[in-house]
Amino acid sequence: MSTQNNPHTNRKALSDRRWLILARPLIIIIALIATWQLLVIVTGAPKYMLPPPADVWHTLIARHAVLFDHAKYTIAETVIGLFAGAALGTLAAIPMALFSPVRFWLMPILLVSQAIPFFALAPLLVLWLGFGLASKIAMAALIIFFPVTVAFFDGLSRTETGWLDLARTMGASRWRLLTHIRLPAALPAFASGFRVATAVAPIGAVIGEWVGSSHGLGYLMLHANARVQIDMVFACLLILCAFSITQYFIVDRVLRAALPWQPDSLKPVR
Amino acid sequence: MRSTEHAPQMAQDNPTRFDIALRAARVAFNGVDIFHDLDLTLQAGSFTCLLGPSGVGKSTLLRYFAGLVEGDVSGTITCSDNIALTGRVAYMAQQDLLLPWRSVLENVVLGAVLRHEKPDYEKASHLLTEVGLRDAANLRPAELSGGMKQRAALARTLMEDRPVVLMDEPFSALDPLNRLRLQELAAQVLRGKTVLLVTHDPLEALRLGDRVHVLTGSPTQLQDAITPKGQSPRNIADPEILAQQAELLGQLGAERSEGAA
Repeated sequence: MSTQNNPHTNRKALSDRRWLILARPLIIIIALIATWQLLVIVTGAPKYMLPPPADVWHTLIARHAVLFDHAKYTIAETVIGLFAGAALGTLAAIPMALFSPVRFWLMPILLVSQAIPFFALAPLLVLWLGFGLASKIAMAALIIFFPVTVAFFDGLSRTETGWLDLARTMGASRWRLLTHIRLPAALPAFASGFRVATAVAPIGAVIGEWVGSSHGLGYLMLHANARVQIDMVFACLLILCAFSITQYFIVDRVLRAALPWQPDSLKPVR
Repeated sequence: MRSTEHAPQMAQDNPTRFDIALRAARVAFNGVDIFHDLDLTLQAGSFTCLLGPSGVGKSTLLRYFAGLVEGDVSGTITCSDNIALTGRVAYMAQQDLLLPWRSVLENVVLGAVLRHEKPDYEKASHLLTEVGLRDAANLRPAELSGGMKQRAALARTLMEDRPVVLMDEPFSALDPLNRLRLQELAAQVLRGKTVLLVTHDPLEALRLGDRVHVLTGSPTQLQDAITPKGQSPRNIADPEILAQQAELLGQLGAERSEGAA
């Protein structure tokens, strides 16, 4: 139901909130950096184990060309993997929801695929698909596939029964029922799965790079680690973090904008 | 909220002309008969109400007519014009069943969209005006009040333009004033159609129904119809209606109140 607050208190709350929306990430970042610095001081860890924030910042600036060159690869692998995995998940979920034989055969295979630790698959994928982008995209897509499939399948199999009854009395065709009721009704569930997938997608790409590659932040981290350039490792991690968070927020925003009718009890007052 | 001043004077141009006879109907869930050997005739163009306590099977009986009951089912439905009933009913439930991603207007034309037909938006707008939702056509269901949602559902039901309308407690989630307004509206716009309405409210049944059946017991038995006089929507303050309400409550198993006996 719509909120019916007093418009004046509403406007005041809104301006307060806007200030907080801008300030909150800054406060969090500053707090995290301060904790990091405090940890360096308290533990007295040497620079080759835990570099202070200032050193990492310096490396970020000084080596930005190298860092961004490698980041390009990781970002491309993650984004392509995300869409490939989501597309595969969608292609699996729809027939599973529509045809019970498909469901009975595919579900065990899906579960088996998740029982294999994907870390163990990485060397095989590199062996089969090579050192290039393909093996990392496959890795990211594999990780993403499962949450998207399960969430979307779940959404598709929970269509409000009243809508199905109504559609039946209206003489709906099976295809129209799918495209006009079951699919849209399952989109919020798909969006949940896609959000989870967005958060885990970079993991797949980085693991793939660790196992075998000549580009990417994972590759760079591995080599910097071997040469005890820990500030470089941290710089890579920071870029990965920044990318993951940015990607998540873009996806979240797009999904919200695409599904404005979705019930959301946490939605802030606009 | 709109009042019924804007309500339609919708004369039914094509009243329903066939009776529907349900014979030897039986429905069982998990081996237990909800009802068996049940006969019910819906007379052409008349408003039949099924009244009964929760869980007695009145919704199941209505869904039987809609062809929505699956599993352990037997019995026959025949129409006096010898055409099958399938595809000639419109269904309206207690929940509005509006799709939250479609606007009110797009919800009203849903049937045509689902059947791959060209939606008649002009007729849909006209019907929305008739149920008092002209200004809400482009809103999403979440922006409507409970009464407005049920009006939209009524417009969607009318849009189907079927000779038979099955309504499963369509007004029970509304506040009393809205319920009265919607009953009035339904009585006007559904005149001439064969209507089966399920309700647990005796006054609603007497206000709208030409024939009111009480369902009781397990397996469910159908009591003989009570036939309130006059044209619906009837005045609920009418002493005769109040007496019949007492009679219905008696059939439902309540103690007869002293004044009405």
